[in-house]
Amino acid sequence: MEENLTFIEGAEQPLSMHPKKFALWLFIVSVVMVFAGMTSAYIVRQGEGNWLEFDLPNIFWYTSGIIVLSSISLQWAYSSAKKDSFNNLKIGLLITLVLGIAFLVGQWYSWEALVAEDVYFVGNPSGSFMYVFTGLHAIHLISGVIFLIIVLISALRNEIHSQKLAQLEMCVTFWHFLGGLWLYLFMFLLLNH
Amino acid sequence: MAVANVSAHDAASTHDDHDHEHHDNFITKYIFSTDHKMIAKQYLVSGIFWAFIGGFLSVLFRLQLGFPDMDMSFLKPILGGWIDATGKLDPTFYLALVTMHGTIMVFFVLTAGLSGTFSNFLIPLQIGARDMASGFMNMLSYWFFFLSGVIMFISLFLEKGPAGGGWVVYPPLSALEQAIPGSGMGMTLWLIAMVFFIASSLMGGINYITTVINLRTKGMSFSRLPLTIWAFFLTAVIGLLSFPVLFSAALLLVFDRSFGTSFYLADIYIGGEALPNTGGSAVLYQHLFWFLGHPEVYIVLLPALGITSEVIATNSRKPIFGYKAMIISMLGITILSFVVWAHHMFVSGLNPFLGSIFMFLTLIIAVPSAVKVFNYLTTLWRGNLRFTPAMLFSIGLVSFFISGGLTGIFLGNSAIDIQLHDTYFVVAHFHLVMGAASFFGMLAGVYHWFPKMFGRMLDEKLGYVHFWLTFVGVYLVFFPMHYIGIAGFPRRYYSWTNFSFADMYTDLNMFVSVAAIITFFAQFIFVFNFFYSMYKGRKASSNPWHSNTLEWTTPVVPGHGNWVGEIPTVYRWPYDYSKPGSKEDFIPQTVPLSATPESNLPHEAKLVQLEKEIMAEEGEVLVTNESKES
Repeated sequence: MEENLTFIEGAEQPLSMHPKKFALWLFIVSVVMVFAGMTSAYIVRQGEGNWLEFDLPNIFWYTSGIIVLSSISLQWAYSSAKKDSFNNLKIGLLITLVLGIAFLVGQWYSWEALVAEDVYFVGNPSGSFMYVFTGLHAIHLISGVIFLIIVLISALRNEIHSQKLAQLEMCVTFWHFLGGLWLYLFMFLLLNH
Repeated sequence: MAVANVSAHDAASTHDDHDHEHHDNFITKYIFSTDHKMIAKQYLVSGIFWAFIGGFLSVLFRLQLGFPDMDMSFLKPILGGWIDATGKLDPTFYLALVTMHGTIMVFFVLTAGLSGTFSNFLIPLQIGARDMASGFMNMLSYWFFFLSGVIMFISLFLEKGPAGGGWVVYPPLSALEQAIPGSGMGMTLWLIAMVFFIASSLMGGINYITTVINLRTKGMSFSRLPLTIWAFFLTAVIGLLSFPVLFSAALLLVFDRSFGTSFYLADIYIGGEALPNTGGSAVLYQHLFWFLGHPEVYIVLLPALGITSEVIATNSRKPIFGYKAMIISMLGITILSFVVWAHHMFVSGLNPFLGSIFMFLTLIIAVPSAVKVFNYLTTLWRGNLRFTPAMLFSIGLVSFFISGGLTGIFLGNSAIDIQLHDTYFVVAHFHLVMGAASFFGMLAGVYHWFPKMFGRMLDEKLGYVHFWLTFVGVYLVFFPMHYIGIAGFPRRYYSWTNFSFADMYTDLNMFVSVAAIITFFAQFIFVFNFFYSMYKGRKASSNPWHSNTLEWTTPVVPGHGNWVGEIPTVYRWPYDYSKPGSKEDFIPQTVPLSATPESNLPHEAKLVQLEKEIMAEEGEVLVTNESKES
């Protein structure tokens, strides 16, 4: 049956990808639009003046590093899965999970650093935006962490292997996106501050 | 069966394929259904319910506008405390009525009721798919919408009334509880309901796009898609890009309302006391809101235009004029819809230079819109017209689209807009071009696809009565509003009789109100027809309109999976009506070109050759598969 499938599959369907992966990409598009709306609101509001200037917490540099590392470890887990080396897959997923949680903790400390600077959620929109960006991103990252846990459970049950990668691939896509989204937000804040 | 299935489907996704041997109980069949047809019907019935609520609210405020001195005590059983001792409607409740009418009609009726119904129903049926890409997400989408509706409905019965800041909920009016009673709990529920609504639309939209791109049957290339599907597809794309921005806007508003931030609030004094909020910008909300708000107009309108293309072509017995031009103009509208939002803000203190850029971009939309109108008229021109109720409603849509679209050109000019902004001229404009036009598209869709939905025909005579009362009624309601608007009557005002300039239009307002009430009651003819025909209507044949598209190749009432056996292959575009040389005046999409040598055009002869080669190749594949399997 296997070879029949490949034989027929090659014949038609010019543009066709895994529907769930495609849906994930569309979801990513909608998240992009949320943040595009937010960051353009930031620019529009900043242009009107009465804008509180303050230093970005240094901890953002560390959390950015953590999220880049977590993407690398997840990529390593993914390539391990492709080679069917299950131990590395599990280790890689676990490292990513820990780094993801470390990132969230780091973001929490960035809020404490902001409070120490007398920048509060309630006050000049300049500060409020900072909390909204980090908070909204953190909520998305929590959903990514939950996704990671689900994938880790499947990996522990040995349900992920080189022939069955769809779930892991979606998780990798989403996680890289979340990392990229944070780097974008950080760059944006560095440049528009 | 397995072979047939695999050859038509994406082999990689067979694991989430659909279960053809369903045994439904009442709950899985009618309530938590994952079948796209049932979900479509759920959307439709909810849409009808909301349309009556929304319409009823408009009748209430039309009574106030047309008969300001009227004793409304007889409404006490329904409105209770909102009618005071002297029989007058409470002014703040008037604002709530206007707000809820707008919210319900725009989001619950014309977005969910229209897109939700017909995208769900027609996308799988017209592209040849067994169901949506994710039936579960589709079900979730409906139930999020339902929940959103429940919350909005509850807000109607709050002691302080529902949201009252207009459907656009501009801050600071909507952000401060002290501003009007409706900005308290009513506004909170409004925002919660909208969050669920946005989630519902996004889930629906993601499903529509995925399905159209991934699950088309063999031969159904994008250049053979019915225009309905193109319209639903682009609508979903617009929704996917614009609803998240509304979410952002609403989120910041929630923070301002409940957490004390100042995104939209600055330097406000209430009763002589300054609020602590500083540094916010109310115009920022307008930018964010209208970035959704304007595309929303096309989310509402495009599906109606798509349905009209299909209905007009079928009932003119002619190919749609300018199929490619129709697609390109819809694409143009999609793109342009994102770069015109500030034309809603010409009087917000917008930089006049920026205003003229937005004016220029706005006026460009007239081009694709005019192309569409031209193509509808040329499709009708010298066609073999069959005036079914669906056809009449579609022609009605074209009429509204022209008369309402023309006034859009006036309003799009920033200089004229300064005079006309927020007057009844605007009300007349958008009710014709987006309200009535989309509503007519929806009704055309119901009349046209009712046989496919319920296996029975709607009564035609009642349909004609419904059409003429509604069509004439809509013009009688909205045409006079242009004059009232040019005279300078602002919208959302409780009463004008205090202004002497307004007195001379009292009788015109009375006339509008009477017309509105008659039009509203005419809709009951439709509801009767709808529910009566569902059970007692004439039984439908499998292709009652002699239409070409795929949904008419299914059984009269399609079950789970839509087609019994293999999904049909598509060999031609959907508009081969009255093709010269052909015996019948329609050739369904499933008929191969090689089967119709008498009507093929010269360039199609080459395609026949190609088609034969592919069919031979596939025959071989099937034969080898079968021999290997056995």
